[in-house]
Amino acid sequence: MAQPSIRPIIANWLQPLVSRLAFQHVSKTFPSASHAAVHDCTFEVAAASFVVLLGPSGCGKTTLLKMVNRLLEPSAGEIFLDGKNIHAMDATALRRQIGYVIQQVGLFPHLTVAQNIAVVPELLGWTKARIAARTDELLELVKLDPEQYRARYPAQLSGGQQQRVGLARALAADPQLLLMDEPFGAIDAITRASLQDEMLRLKNAISKTILFVTHDVEEALRLADKIVVLRAGEVVQYDTPHALLTQPANEFVRALIGADDTMRQLALVRVAEVMQPFTHAVELDNALTLSADDNLRVALSKFLASGATTLTVVQDQTPVGIIRFDQIRALSKHAPS
Amino acid sequence: MILLDAFQYALAHTDEWLGALEQHLLLVAVALTIGIGVCVPLGALTARSRAASLSAINAANGLRVIPSLAILFLALPYFGLSFTAAALALTLLALPPILINTDAAFRGIAPAIQEAARGMGMNSRQMLWRVEFPLALPVILAGIRIATVEVIASATLAAFIGAGGLGIYITRGFALYDNSILLVGAISVALLALSAEIILGALERLTRAPH
Repeated sequence: MAQPSIRPIIANWLQPLVSRLAFQHVSKTFPSASHAAVHDCTFEVAAASFVVLLGPSGCGKTTLLKMVNRLLEPSAGEIFLDGKNIHAMDATALRRQIGYVIQQVGLFPHLTVAQNIAVVPELLGWTKARIAARTDELLELVKLDPEQYRARYPAQLSGGQQQRVGLARALAADPQLLLMDEPFGAIDAITRASLQDEMLRLKNAISKTILFVTHDVEEALRLADKIVVLRAGEVVQYDTPHALLTQPANEFVRALIGADDTMRQLALVRVAEVMQPFTHAVELDNALTLSADDNLRVALSKFLASGATTLTVVQDQTPVGIIRFDQIRALSKHAPS
Repeated sequence: MILLDAFQYALAHTDEWLGALEQHLLLVAVALTIGIGVCVPLGALTARSRAASLSAINAANGLRVIPSLAILFLALPYFGLSFTAAALALTLLALPPILINTDAAFRGIAPAIQEAARGMGMNSRQMLWRVEFPLALPVILAGIRIATVEVIASATLAAFIGAGGLGIYITRGFALYDNSILLVGAISVALLALSAEIILGALERLTRAPH
């Protein structure tokens, strides 16, 4: 499907500057609580990475997220955005440069889809023409036909469509950092899976730093470059999905991630995470290929069907790496039977 | 027939009727203007705190149980038989529904919507004018509609203390044992209240977000 109007957006997104984020000894204790909701969290979110805050409810993941756009202020510690302490920045100006998506979506019911998307650009004083063009671009990006949806009201959309608009609204002013608080938590399983696919597609298409809160382990493993596992307000482990599955820091992580179920694990790890990337350009010589976005379960069935011991990994028809059958076996060995 | 008699009486006294209507509308306008001017900002403020909200609603309900006729006569010693006394009594009558509805309107806005607005970088003023007020408006208008109908009906009492309005036909009809004169006042007031109900009801629906 040709979507020429998306190209300029992508070009726009491929700017060199993408935000990175650093948490330093961040703690938060609510006035009425005896225990800290967040305790001494220190970690960094690299530019253009997709980091998931994962943990059971009440683990402090949302609290941690809301301190980034200063809806909450830390009781101790500091948060740096591109090296600047966010505490020293003007809160509303900070929020306007950070995209924010919440579970309840929070679309403004009295505004049309287009007007909802236009909120931040309007706050930033964009011209009408620029806002109109941007609105249509974003609707196409989230796969909603602008002609059809632009003038609709939120109440006239399904839950999944509302969250697509919520995402478009968060991306409107082209923020370098996107905060997503359980964005697909209230959406049915099928729509959620398709929105996760969209997220993966967007992640590749747009170069943005994304901090994503969820309690859904499969969602986290599926989307994340790295996962912050939180328990009772503390960081238990900060690692790639692959490392969490193969080297869980403790029993809590092992149980949370479900590191015992081999097939499940395989379905949750992308080939891209396990393969050995090519360091130089390689000619595509055999037909046994896998997509870098496939999961290891797909890889396993290809190995079983073909009897091959190695498969070439391709992305956009270009070989990007190689994966060996041993690597999948090594991964399953970590799980006790 | 009594209705025909009433109509003929009104036709015979057109100038007087117009004057009474004008006085009646003036009383209603004064009461509502003050009511809206005080209660909409007050309700928007009280909605921000549960304690303030509760005391405001209790005060308003307390005000509501005092009969308007009593307020009218209580105002007499201070303001005399005057427009001011009538306007004051009617204003007190207009306050409760506007205050209660405004408070409820602002408290009824989903927290997720407010969080989204703040998270997107709106300051308090932008949140109020771009999000909260437009969402609260239909419920505020419902309060104004209730107040308007009550005030239009109660403004007939002004005639009792000589402050005019369409109530003069009711007092006159009563004094002269002539129900057709009484009906001139009663029907005029009923029609006025009904049209206010219809117009404000339509406005309320217009401002409501599609759902």
